[in-house]
Amino acid sequence: MSDTASMREPLTILYFAWLRERVGVAEEILELPEGVTTVAELVVYLSGLDQRHAAAFKDRKTVRCAVNQEFADPATVLQAGDEVAFFPPVTGG
Amino acid sequence: MAKISVQTGNFDIAAEISRLTAGRTDIGGVGCFVGIVRDDKPRDAPARAIQALTLEHYPAMTLRAVGRIVEEAERRWGLLGCTVIHRVGRMLPGENIVLVLTAASHRQAALDSTAFLIDWLKTKAPFWKREEFPDGEGAWVEAREADDTAASRW
Repeated sequence: MSDTASMREPLTILYFAWLRERVGVAEEILELPEGVTTVAELVVYLSGLDQRHAAAFKDRKTVRCAVNQEFADPATVLQAGDEVAFFPPVTGG
Repeated sequence: MAKISVQTGNFDIAAEISRLTAGRTDIGGVGCFVGIVRDDKPRDAPARAIQALTLEHYPAMTLRAVGRIVEEAERRWGLLGCTVIHRVGRMLPGENIVLVLTAASHRQAALDSTAFLIDWLKTKAPFWKREEFPDGEGAWVEAREADDTAASRW
């Protein structure tokens, strides 16, 4: 696949636990928005979509993230085609 | 080769220990931790007594995350065998949630690596617990600072 083709691949956004309940869906597909290069910028973009997203991301300190199934942080850089997951701090075991 | 499983069904603790040690004469001890659903009944808040626990996870990430934690334990303690079974879905008080078994030459490695594995599973693997209360309401369990402290001692 050429670089130009991969640029058009959308992001897959996944939500777990109470983030999923607040957003109202487990998964959404969207193009990497213009000007969004990091997880932190994606969170700002998503928060501005509607009230549900705003509620989910209201308390940013309790939101954790993984990019392509690896734990990530606000500064993690995003690429087209990435799978980005948002969830609360984990509570397994 | 470690056995890692994320499953809805229960596990047989004795069978898992036998599987780990069968045919081996180099293992000096097996460390074992079994996590069980506890029916917390707060005296001051009976409405919050736990009726059931539902474990959600991130399927595409879970095995990889648990695998990393197991590799870290194998590396640090030179384990001779390891089994991690984590259940997901809805469970009732008294049911098993998680099994950690480690086999080592000596007890210290087996016991320490078992404690390490459960501490890290609680803080570094994508599982989330939701409690159900008698009125049918529920609440996601909040991460505890004590768990982070326990995980950071390793």
